[in-house]
Amino acid sequence: MDLITAAHVNSFLAALVLLTAFGMLVQRRIYGLINLFAWQGLFLSLNTAIVGYVAGKHHLYISSLLTLSLKVFLLPYILHVLIHRLKIRKEVETIVNIPMTMLIGIALVIFSYHLTAPVRELSAMITRSTLAIALATVMIGLLMMITRRHAVTQIIGFLALENGLFFAATSATYGMPLVVELGVALDVLIAAFIFGIFFFHIHTTFDSLDVDQMARLKEED
Amino acid sequence: MMNTSIMLLILLGVPLVCAAVLAFMGDRKFAPEMNIFCSAATFAAGSGLALEVYLQGPMLAGGKFFFVDAFNVYLAVLTSFVSMTTAIFSRRYMRREREHGRVGHIRMRFYHAMFQLFIFAMLLCLLTNNVGVLWIAMELATLSTVLLVSLYRTPRAIEAAWKYFILCGVGIAQALFGTVLLYFAAEKVLGEGGDALLWTNLSRVSGQLEPTVLSLAFVFLMVGYGTKVGLVPLHNWLPDAHSEGPTPISAVLSGLLLNIALYALVRCKVLVDGSTRTHHAGDIMMGFGILSILVAAFSLLRQKDIKRMFSYSSIEHMGIATFAFGLGGPLATFGALLHMLVHSLAKSAIFFTVGHASQMHRTQEMDKIKGLFKGNPLVGWGLMFGVLAIVGMPPFGIFTSEFLILTATIKDAPLWTPLLLLGLAVAFAALLRMVQPMVSGEIPPNQKPMTAAHVPVMLHMALVLMIGLYIPDFLNQWFHTAVELLK
Repeated sequence: MDLITAAHVNSFLAALVLLTAFGMLVQRRIYGLINLFAWQGLFLSLNTAIVGYVAGKHHLYISSLLTLSLKVFLLPYILHVLIHRLKIRKEVETIVNIPMTMLIGIALVIFSYHLTAPVRELSAMITRSTLAIALATVMIGLLMMITRRHAVTQIIGFLALENGLFFAATSATYGMPLVVELGVALDVLIAAFIFGIFFFHIHTTFDSLDVDQMARLKEED
Repeated sequence: MMNTSIMLLILLGVPLVCAAVLAFMGDRKFAPEMNIFCSAATFAAGSGLALEVYLQGPMLAGGKFFFVDAFNVYLAVLTSFVSMTTAIFSRRYMRREREHGRVGHIRMRFYHAMFQLFIFAMLLCLLTNNVGVLWIAMELATLSTVLLVSLYRTPRAIEAAWKYFILCGVGIAQALFGTVLLYFAAEKVLGEGGDALLWTNLSRVSGQLEPTVLSLAFVFLMVGYGTKVGLVPLHNWLPDAHSEGPTPISAVLSGLLLNIALYALVRCKVLVDGSTRTHHAGDIMMGFGILSILVAAFSLLRQKDIKRMFSYSSIEHMGIATFAFGLGGPLATFGALLHMLVHSLAKSAIFFTVGHASQMHRTQEMDKIKGLFKGNPLVGWGLMFGVLAIVGMPPFGIFTSEFLILTATIKDAPLWTPLLLLGLAVAFAALLRMVQPMVSGEIPPNQKPMTAAHVPVMLHMALVLMIGLYIPDFLNQWFHTAVELLK
């Protein structure tokens, strides 16, 4: 695969990552969200492997495999099991209506391109144009956490945000040093166990996973 | 050199091994004593390491993976010391909670294991030379305390822990993006691979790092680590997390974790300053600092929960230290380093007495806490002296550090002085007004007599007093070396 083709494939996968991010923004059903998240992980993992192949960085194969096993299989599986056990069926309400969320999302993408413009000019790598998309994915994950009032969707937003960070690492720098990537993966894994425990605690204490119920701790006047 | 590696191995190994052991034996009869013993061993190793550094200067260890200089070694000693005294305090406190039935068998094991894991994470944060590992350890420190905040499983505690988990998780994710950008700039100069994230290498070549990338990176690092420091407007998780968890955890969160996050921020600022050669990073920190001081000071007056009030006071003091680091210059930096030390000691001592007071009254509401002088003079006077120290009364150490910072502000940034003074004055008045009714007066009917853990409180207050009267030579020299490093 020559560099030009690789750059095209890279941009294509970046576009798919962004597309799944937007898909998550409009998806109301929780199972649909988890599937989209798994797809995003798959694109990410493919992208990492291709960058690793083109740039000849073999440690990227390891992070690609790590992403595949963690974000495509393990985390969606854990989420599926949790949702099944907790019997969550209903659709998730958003605070802001969906067209509006989409518009904010588009604004965030433009903002990301603007913000990363000086960095893009400095880079000579094939992947440089994807840094803006990585930042946009981070921001959209953040937006999703803000606009959904459900513990599970907040977590999926958080994980999508983490995907964006991982994407930034591969697109800006051909991946962080291996020790850092392993550590980050470990932290994500621990976080997964913690939110699993949390879902049960919240469910038993509040009898639902709506975050709106958690409003006891406020400043009183 | 061999010595240092062994010392580091003990310092990091002991809490990690203890965490594993206590996960199984954390509810045995001797578990609290074991917890104390482990923390004491960590403290001994920390002091040994500090002595090495004092005699031989900064050093690398473990194949450049660890780095010890005057700045992080003093925080490592402080961290291991406060965790030791907290373990002493937690012995009686947690036993009483167990007797009251607020925690059960599994949760006691979990508590002890996570306490040690938390100490490990903080020490790793301080001693690692790799900026990426610094981030990982910071996240680990958050994760190990999240479920401790929700230990009591009350609706309020779960809400607080969820907020802590989500807000700090998102915040720290921004710091990771900043770290990615930092690596992006660094690999151009240092080449690819792990070496490009080593702080010692980065600080050597900071002048050649691309300034535009580093200024962008600093914004993300500031938001990320600033969330963990608890700077306004990123502070929302802090009062909840500090007020709903068990008191020993509040003490270490307030006294230690905030310091560690500030440490990470300051390390990054040094790199950014070296690259941009402007004062932008410092200006951002000063802005966040002043805002934190003012918002926290005015929030103090509105509090009803005693632990919540003191967590706002922590925000204020972290604001002061952040402001001083942002201001820069030898005087302000010296003041900020001293402030981190004395605030940590005084605030954890206050949380110890607050823990006793709320256990005596079975409530954290300040309206219902009264007559501490008469009920238990040690708790009452401990709280009173703690508060006098924290508001900056002479002759306590916080007076010295705040005085240094104020002097530096008047000299270098006179326009900021009125805002700083206003914040300090409001906090002074508010805290004294809120605490006075709690300590004086008659013993209320809901107060139960209780034996308090004296040693930790007295030890901390004695140290704060001593530093206020006279700063020992070795401490002085450490601070001066650290000031040189942070220039």
